[in-house]
Amino acid sequence: TSEQIEHLHRRFKQLSQDQLTIRKENFDSIPDLEFNPIRGKIVHAFFDKRNLQQESDGLADEINFEDFLTIMSYFRPIEMNMDEEQLDRFRKNKLKFLFHMYDSDHDGKITLQEYRNVVEELLSGNPHLEKESARSIADGAMMEAASICVGQMGPDQVYEGITFEDFLKMWQGIDIETKMHVRFLNVDTIAHCY
Amino acid sequence: LDYQHVQVPFEITLWIMLASLAKIGFHLYNKLPSVVPESCLLIFVGLIMGGIIYGLNDRSPPVMDSDIFFLYLLPPIVLDAGYFMPSRPFFENMGTILLYAVVGTVWNVFGIGFSLYGICQVRAFRLQDVSLLHNLLFGSLIAAVDPVAVLAVFEEIHVNEKLHILVFGESLLNDAVTVVLYKLFRSFCEMPTIKSVDVFAGVGKFFVVGLGGVLVGLSFGLTAAFTTRFTKDIRVIEPLFVFLYSYLSYLTAEMFHLSGIVAIIACAMGMKRYVEANISLKSHTTVKYFMKMWSSVSDTLIFIFLGVSTIGENHEWNWPYICFTVIFCLVWRALGVLVLTFFVNRFHVNTITSKDQFIIAYGGLRGAICFSLVFLLPDFHRKKLFIAATTVVILFTVFVQGMTIRPLVDLLAVKRKRESAPTVGEQIHIRFLDHLLAGIEDISGHWGQYYWKDKLEYFNSKYLQKLLLREYDQPKSSIVLLYEKLERKHAIELAQAGQLGHGPAHPSLLNSNRTVLTDQKLEDTQNPDVLDNMQEILARNLYRIRRTGPAYSRHTLPGESEPGEHAKEILILRHQGL
Repeated sequence: TSEQIEHLHRRFKQLSQDQLTIRKENFDSIPDLEFNPIRGKIVHAFFDKRNLQQESDGLADEINFEDFLTIMSYFRPIEMNMDEEQLDRFRKNKLKFLFHMYDSDHDGKITLQEYRNVVEELLSGNPHLEKESARSIADGAMMEAASICVGQMGPDQVYEGITFEDFLKMWQGIDIETKMHVRFLNVDTIAHCY
Repeated sequence: LDYQHVQVPFEITLWIMLASLAKIGFHLYNKLPSVVPESCLLIFVGLIMGGIIYGLNDRSPPVMDSDIFFLYLLPPIVLDAGYFMPSRPFFENMGTILLYAVVGTVWNVFGIGFSLYGICQVRAFRLQDVSLLHNLLFGSLIAAVDPVAVLAVFEEIHVNEKLHILVFGESLLNDAVTVVLYKLFRSFCEMPTIKSVDVFAGVGKFFVVGLGGVLVGLSFGLTAAFTTRFTKDIRVIEPLFVFLYSYLSYLTAEMFHLSGIVAIIACAMGMKRYVEANISLKSHTTVKYFMKMWSSVSDTLIFIFLGVSTIGENHEWNWPYICFTVIFCLVWRALGVLVLTFFVNRFHVNTITSKDQFIIAYGGLRGAICFSLVFLLPDFHRKKLFIAATTVVILFTVFVQGMTIRPLVDLLAVKRKRESAPTVGEQIHIRFLDHLLAGIEDISGHWGQYYWKDKLEYFNSKYLQKLLLREYDQPKSSIVLLYEKLERKHAIELAQAGQLGHGPAHPSLLNSNRTVLTDQKLEDTQNPDVLDNMQEILARNLYRIRRTGPAYSRHTLPGESEPGEHAKEILILRHQGL
């Protein structure tokens, strides 16, 4: 809605300090984001060209308001009058955004190393957890994923990584279309960057 | 015979024994629990018992004392409900639950009260002397959905989590409203005139009762968590603290005329996290089982007493009033749910379907709380009418609605509970999503749900955990906890099956000589009696996971010398076994 766009535009201007584009450094000025363990990935996602719906790969250096809006639109709540097909596409879009966040080397697959990286980052807020445990957790989760996607594997089979289709299967139980959205109810409560 | 000496404990024990034997009896006959919910059967047993006592003594059987109910029978059930409440869905749906509990109950009370007053005006029913205030008082005690009855019925039909938490949360939280309205109308009955100031005082009182209950509960909960920090050397009485503090919070809240149920729930939910981290595994199991046992016994006793108290000369049967009460209860609840859901769905993405709405409306069971409240009424000449009406409503809701809700759930194909084991992967994803959404909310400058949750977590980890947890140096995230739990379960399963270390080694991983050697050595140490150290089991189990999963790990990690690592580990294990 136009109200929400206006709100986002105001926010964009705040972040970019009244310039036309935002760079990575501008995100550092948000105080609350510092405590977020996966802030690196989140900021990265904003600049990821695959999310900006361009055909190219790699990272953009700076994004303008249009791109900012594009990224934000991934978090749109679902509308009441969507039919099955639209809902499905909606869901796939959101999951693709998530997939790009996991898959940092842009090869279309989430490999074990990338998965480990994700888990380590998630648990990085906890300074007393050993790297070893994070690794074994990631291993266990990867095995679960493998068993969901491929079923029983023979001893010589190789499981390359989680592809997007497998990713979809893994998320089947979680209704992401209702969970992954930001509600813009209170337009007035804007946190200020210092 | 010295019967007088032991009479009271003897009779209590006999009643509890009867209740438990009745429960065994039902479950012996397999088909019965699926058709008739347990609560109905228990009331039935109570009816029979009451009939026997009435027949033998020719006077009314002992009526359930309201004090016994409120002080002894109700707290264990509510504690059990609060302690095992899944906090995530509860807080996610908190707004809806509060709306149903507060606004819905008030709507029901006034609706039922006013419409019954309208019925009383009709001359043919000979009910003119029941004033508006009396009707409102009656409405306030009959409108509240009862957590005991809801729990008893909904536990057997496994509806989807959201629906369950909505009905259940509502039944627990509407206690605050019920308490305030009941006391308010009762005091109005005794006052000669009512000013509007009093009405506003009533509204204010509601906030005091609700929030006060929460505060009392939370303070007791946090104190309990703090106490368990120091119980390292006396593990045996750890479970006792959980129960003592919860019960104290209930009694304290009741003492100050606050809502005891809300207090005990706040206490249980507040202390759960810290207490579980502090107490030992055995204490945790003890707490779990004792809670379930006590709440089960209470539950059974309540229903039996309900049946017993029905028989007797406590009733005045004015059929029009009673029938209209039942009808109005159903009608107003349905209307209330419809209107409120309409509002809720406008603000929420995750809409409540009409099927769900029907189940919410139909699941509004009344139970023992109404029954006890009606006995607490001051004695006025129409009291027996109210008692009769309450009894009929309770019996109707428990029997008719309780029995038909299961076939209706099947008929309407309501979404059922997802029967799947929790996986570590899912936890990781959900946690990832949480952080992602919190981050996006930060970026967009919006103080939403995830923002506050994040803030609470931060506050928790910085201050509360330091204060309340014994071993602060090892705070564990839920992912790690779940992983460890699954590992432990897996390890125990393997040890029991005597298959630790068993299984074909991957020839692609190690050269064949080593493989054969490994298998033999491990088989020698396979004897479960030798393994009494849990850590060892875990270490071996982790080893096993890595061994069965090398199919991917070896190929996607070209740099790592996975075979070398495995070989080293095998050597270590061999030494341990020898």
